[in-house]
Amino acid sequence: MKHLLSIADLSAQEIRAVLDTAVSMHEVQRRDVKKLPTLRGRTIINFFFEDSTRTRSSFEIAGKWMSADTINLTGKGTAISKGESLRDTVLTIDAMGVDMIIVRHPASGAPRQIAEWVDCSVVNAGDGTHEHPSQALLDAYTLRAALGDLAGRHVAIVGDLTHSRVLRSNLLCLRALGAQITLVAPPTLMPSGIDSWSTADGFATSYDLDAVLPTVDAVMMLRVQRERMSGGYFPTAKEYAVTYGLTARRLALLPEHAVIAHPGPMNRGLEISAEAADAARSIVLDQVSAGVAVRMSILYHLLAGEGNDQ
Amino acid sequence: MSTQPALLIRGADVLGEGSRDVLVVDGTVVATGPDAATQAPGGTQQLHADGLVLLPGLVDLHTHLREPGREDAETVATGSQAAALGGFTAVLAMANTDPVTDNAEVAERVHDLGRRAGYVDVHPVGAVTKGLRGEELAELGLMARSRARVRVFSDDGRCVQDARLMRRALEYVKAFGGVISQHSQDPRLADGTACCHEGELSGRLGLPGWPSVAEEVVVARDVMLARHTGSRVHVAHVSTAGSVEVLRWAKAQGVAVTAEVTPHHLMLTQDLLSDYDPTFKVNPPLRPAEDVEVLREALADGTIDAVATDHAPHVRQDKEHAFVDAAFGMLGLETALAVVTSTMVTGGRMGWADVARVMSTAPARIAGLTSQGRGVQTGAPANLTLVDPTRVVTVDAARSRSLSRNNPWHGRELTGAVHLTMLRGRVTAREGLVWGEEEQ
Amino acid sequence: MSSAHDAGPGREVLTSDDISRALRRIAHEILEGNRGAQDLVLLGIPTRGAHLARRLGDALRQVEDVEVPVGSLDVTMYRDDLRHQPTRAVEPTHIPPPGVDGKVVVLVDDVLYSGRTVRSALDALADLGRPRAVRLAVLVDRGHRELPVRADYVGKNLPTSHSERVMVRLAESDDGDEGVRIAAPPAQEGTP
Repeated sequence: MKHLLSIADLSAQEIRAVLDTAVSMHEVQRRDVKKLPTLRGRTIINFFFEDSTRTRSSFEIAGKWMSADTINLTGKGTAISKGESLRDTVLTIDAMGVDMIIVRHPASGAPRQIAEWVDCSVVNAGDGTHEHPSQALLDAYTLRAALGDLAGRHVAIVGDLTHSRVLRSNLLCLRALGAQITLVAPPTLMPSGIDSWSTADGFATSYDLDAVLPTVDAVMMLRVQRERMSGGYFPTAKEYAVTYGLTARRLALLPEHAVIAHPGPMNRGLEISAEAADAARSIVLDQVSAGVAVRMSILYHLLAGEGNDQ
Repeated sequence: MSTQPALLIRGADVLGEGSRDVLVVDGTVVATGPDAATQAPGGTQQLHADGLVLLPGLVDLHTHLREPGREDAETVATGSQAAALGGFTAVLAMANTDPVTDNAEVAERVHDLGRRAGYVDVHPVGAVTKGLRGEELAELGLMARSRARVRVFSDDGRCVQDARLMRRALEYVKAFGGVISQHSQDPRLADGTACCHEGELSGRLGLPGWPSVAEEVVVARDVMLARHTGSRVHVAHVSTAGSVEVLRWAKAQGVAVTAEVTPHHLMLTQDLLSDYDPTFKVNPPLRPAEDVEVLREALADGTIDAVATDHAPHVRQDKEHAFVDAAFGMLGLETALAVVTSTMVTGGRMGWADVARVMSTAPARIAGLTSQGRGVQTGAPANLTLVDPTRVVTVDAARSRSLSRNNPWHGRELTGAVHLTMLRGRVTAREGLVWGEEEQ
Repeated sequence: MSSAHDAGPGREVLTSDDISRALRRIAHEILEGNRGAQDLVLLGIPTRGAHLARRLGDALRQVEDVEVPVGSLDVTMYRDDLRHQPTRAVEPTHIPPPGVDGKVVVLVDDVLYSGRTVRSALDALADLGRPRAVRLAVLVDRGHRELPVRADYVGKNLPTSHSERVMVRLAESDDGDEGVRIAAPPAQEGTP
């Protein structure tokens, strides 16, 4: 592994290796001394062209706990406003001899383009509406911790699927781990080409959350932005909450053992009710807690071994 | 201009319909067939063209020359050279320059720059609306009456969205035989960020979708407006099977609609976007293979009238951005004929007479050019292109005469190479060199 | 020449019984050195060191009838040779509940060679707490130290050349196969 651009770049075996290492890293997180010497002398740039407190800080902490030098850069407005291309911008950083660039970018595909241009490792920390691989890995980590092996488990993913990079990475990751998936959303929030896509990749879709919930082992609620209303994706927040929200009433439809995940940030009262978010079966806080451990594991697998040298 | 010596082209396969000699004197075809050799005056130069196909000089309805405003990406001179090397003798230069060609002064300036360069006839396209803003009509009549004699009007890059304004424009240009070339894109269905054909691929890549229907609803509206007004409308860069259906229906109704397809929409498909390489970002976007097949069929059966390059040069710093931020467009002038040969002639869907129709005669007719697209016949201006029909060329972006390098054909093997281009009897390009270079 | 215990390449230097005897002896030595089982914690270095630590724990129970806490200490993240090898799988670290503060930690590994693994283990241990003392027990000491490291308890000292390979096989991790063998360098394997 040199880059982490898409979950599609990882084999099921590699995904499992990352999750297994994350278990050990999670142990480290509970110690008094959290620092590992593993990446001493390595330099990691957190290059965020878009705000993200949670992802950026967890990557930064992961790097620091592994003794890498981590530097935060915000790319906002640097490129186009100065007449400099994205390529020029990242080549400048690459030329300083860094080992890894962790990129968050509002444009889909930007990390893959950057990986083509630079010599160092590139990690996709979320690109547009494309992918968010580290989030999917930590979601899988948390689900595995709650449910055990995910093979044959049924996960429903519900919400604004069109605009969700978390969805795309989770689809690939959970499928690779053998889970069954059902996507639930109003037709307007299903991604383009979902019919042929779901057939090709072997997952189900539904417009009826009530029908799906009784059969799931986990339900993952994705954020719905209120701005989508002006785009005509759905009429009102109330209508969305009633038809697709995980309301208190719907909690009762879940099987006893089923868990509730949400990659955050949550819109309480829209896609998820307070009752669901705070339920005993909610693993939302576990997801947050796993963030650093999974990212430490990612850094380890990309930077520690032979062949990951420049 | 000094008089050219007479030239006798010997043995060329004229339009693929058999070998005939062609005699060019004073920039005009004066004789063809057996008479050509006998009428040749003393001192006539001979050009042995065995194995080459002779076509009327190609006419491009849709070129972006970037001058004035973006001379770092292309100039009228460099674009003209690229055109000549591609076998063109006339190009229509789109209006989205800076300043916009929305008045007679800019039109004349572009026209004069073309004259001065001298490689091809450069005919400016006038903007339909002031500043391409889609609000008020540009000075269509003054541009038509200018030295540039503008007949084609387009807001290309943007769609004339307002139905009433489109109607008025169609009506207004009837007075001087003009035509509106529409960039068909409903901006509410495909906004400025739309950059990938909407479907499974755009879903997977997370790229803003550009649905086929955003083109088709505008094509449908415009043919109804053309029928209602009795005016001519031209559909630029048709890219979808649905648009072809509408065109077929409209032509059957006798609506005065014409259409063009680009070389890239005849060959390249959407899957090239999988790696987010902005070289393949173009508007309208590359479509699935099924659309490409329908476009080829429609070109062969005449539903689509012409091939037009939409040659759109961009400097590196405008292309080397994240895919959605990068500029739209790709180069096309130098490779257009080879793409048409590779997709339509090789494999037998079209003969060379058909190539002459879609790349010369029809575009000249649509643009109202009287001295272009006349064919290889006695009395016509000697605007001619000689093609080596079987030569296979691997495209090398670095060797392009364009100032820009956004070349989607780089590394591809294409069949059919322009051997020589002649503008009114003067050789403007020969075997990869342009006029001026080959004399040295 | 082959016997039932003589599967695989190279020369067998310790049999399964030899290993058991060595561990029993080490158990006695540990109790002697520590004057009993007071404050002892055994930490095996995965993979085989962890198995040996468990066996040593069993041996201590048999000798003294005491339950000595046994755990494992993965040192992968502390290695100084990570960049020279393909990415290693990280093995579990398990520190028994009382922790290591004030304890006498006996690190257990299968082979002592350059000493670098032990150095990594000492670093790892330091991040977990402050033991009163750290001892080292190994099944085999093959020499060729690159760091000032010495084992307190050794199952067998094995003089080897640099190019030879020492292979420890334990029932827990090697499909029931067990024993210690020395083999010539791989390049010469397969030659007649």
